[in-house]
Amino acid sequence: MNRITSTLNALRAEGRKALVTYIVNGDPTPQTTLDTLHAMVANGADIIELGVPFSDPMAEGPTIQRGHERALEHGVSLKDTFDVVAQFRETNQSTPIVLMGYANPVERMGYKAFAERAAQAGVDGLLTVDLPPEELGDLDAELRAANIENILLIAPTTAKERIAHITASASGFIYYVSLKGVTGAGHLDIDSVAEKVAAIRETTDLPVMVGFGIKDGQTAKAVSAVADGAVVGSALVSLMSDVSSNEIASKVGQKVAEIRQGLDK
Amino acid sequence: MSTNDAVIDFKQMPDAKGHFGQFGGRFVSETLIHALDELAEMYEELKDRPDFREEFDRDLAHYVGRPSPLYFAERLTQKVGGARIYLKREDLNHTGAHKVNNTIGQALLAKHSGKKRVIAETGAGQHGVASATVAARLGLECVVYMGAEDVKRQALNVYRMKLLGATVIPVESGSKTLKDAMNEAMRDWVTNVDDTFYIIGTAAGPHPYPQLVRDFQCVIGREARAQCLEQTGRLPDALVACVGGGSNAIGLFHPFLNDSSVAMYGVEAGGHGVETGRHAAPLSDGIPGILHGNRTYLMEDENGQIIETHSVSAGLDYPGVGPEHSWLKDMGRVSYVPINDDEAMNGFRSLTRVEGIMPALESSHAIAYAEKLAAASDKDDIIIVNLSGRGDKDILTVAEIDGIKV
Ligand SMILES: Cc1ncc(COP(=O)(O)O)c(C=O)c1O
Repeated sequence: MNRITSTLNALRAEGRKALVTYIVNGDPTPQTTLDTLHAMVANGADIIELGVPFSDPMAEGPTIQRGHERALEHGVSLKDTFDVVAQFRETNQSTPIVLMGYANPVERMGYKAFAERAAQAGVDGLLTVDLPPEELGDLDAELRAANIENILLIAPTTAKERIAHITASASGFIYYVSLKGVTGAGHLDIDSVAEKVAAIRETTDLPVMVGFGIKDGQTAKAVSAVADGAVVGSALVSLMSDVSSNEIASKVGQKVAEIRQGLDK
Repeated sequence: MSTNDAVIDFKQMPDAKGHFGQFGGRFVSETLIHALDELAEMYEELKDRPDFREEFDRDLAHYVGRPSPLYFAERLTQKVGGARIYLKREDLNHTGAHKVNNTIGQALLAKHSGKKRVIAETGAGQHGVASATVAARLGLECVVYMGAEDVKRQALNVYRMKLLGATVIPVESGSKTLKDAMNEAMRDWVTNVDDTFYIIGTAAGPHPYPQLVRDFQCVIGREARAQCLEQTGRLPDALVACVGGGSNAIGLFHPFLNDSSVAMYGVEAGGHGVETGRHAAPLSDGIPGILHGNRTYLMEDENGQIIETHSVSAGLDYPGVGPEHSWLKDMGRVSYVPINDDEAMNGFRSLTRVEGIMPALESSHAIAYAEKLAAASDKDDIIIVNLSGRGDKDILTVAEIDGIKV
């Protein structure tokens, strides 16, 4: 079984909510990422979303854009991201890792090569912001063959008929984008999230994670009360610019612990 | 010419999902899918409706000043000593370029959508000015995103947009040019999608934009075809247009695509020379990839990161190109060729001095290639060049190249 499914099944059985944490690989430097991944897990992250740096991160707000830019200054790419995941797997066999990014780096590597190398490195899922189900092409089959989950997004603007269409081709979990906007925006509306998650649940048993406007333990708790878990990104990436690189892992770990506490309250 | 001519109807593209063969499509965040569906549906419904067409034609006639002339450039023809060169005078349009044909069309769509706010991206500022112009005319709020580098390079157009009542937002991310302005416009759209209409400035972006921008710009080719038949009694032998995102080129080419005797040349920005890597010519030296909502030829590195482009002309300084051009390249129907900065500057000077017409630096690329092509062609041949815009906006750039402070 894929690590994503086993992790989420176990959480469900315990009646707990999932905390999904996001950083960009290589941000602020390639040396900090591995330690930060371990620190996030040690402080309560259940699933890791690892951003693959891209030159044109269209769905990101300013905080995560800077993260991509800092990583690109060090030339960090998709290949380096596989390396980091492989290193992480040397000591952690259980925490799922989802790569999150944009279509072009995956397209450039080739779908088959991507799926094989990702599986080999120990990647469990792929979330590509700019690949709606209609444009997946052969990627879907390649991911399946490599036992990598294809995480799809649903948005506040997704029409009812389309929700069923998306959940039918999704696997792992559903990522619900909590608001109309970019990552790190601040206008979360819990009632509308609850309504939309309920509509998603009518069409699928897959767990639903909510992301985009979650900045602390309180908002994480509020959204996971109506879903299966929360995704936190900008709140962690914002730490990358103001702490010196030998403190990154511990500062990010601290923040994750704080959010975990709020979530479990 | 390719053997596919007999079977392919070039005008039947894109397919229902916006694909031109492997190119085009809709590679966007899920949040935008609904808005694109709505836009595609609205456009399908309106595009052949007589009242919509009449309103568009009326605006083009009385506000833009169409039809634009097809002008026989006799002195340029004599100077080159080859084929006869005709200029399609889009430089004479209101606001000074072909861009306004498209913004008039999209403004009508915005009006029908009931949305009160429009946004646009711009490189040279021509599309920003054309958007601010139609917004002023319809009383719509207008926000234009422009790379911080371009804001500096094109100060005159920035001020024009402000005078027209638009808000110009300098974009500080990435390479601070057109592609980053487009990223930022997409981010605005995703945030304000309920009340905002995004006026994309070229035949690129997610479906249905490449199709509708092309359709609005096709007035160029339809007029040119009729004017050429009327003035010369026959079709031209070749068409030449510059290609940034590709809107003026597809507007000229498309009505001729099924005329297999007409050769077509899309002229890309060769910058310092294609062999140097410092250029903006993805069709000459790029590979297919995904950016800004569509699959198309791109300039990127081996890791799939989009790379910086170089061109003397801000309007061609873009790492991608409209998807229909990628398809036409692979089909062999259109030839895509680079013209370097230096050659384009020669084209600018040549047309200015020989014909008294100052072309935009974008259009100067087309002029420069047409001179080469005409010189190598028969004297009886006819070449139509799309003079996509006038050079007023570029005077300061030209002066700087000449080392003159104005
Ligand atoms: C005069 C002129 N010609 C051409 C272009 C390039 O755009 P396109 O390739 O969409 O025609 C521009 C863009 O700013 C322009 O201002």
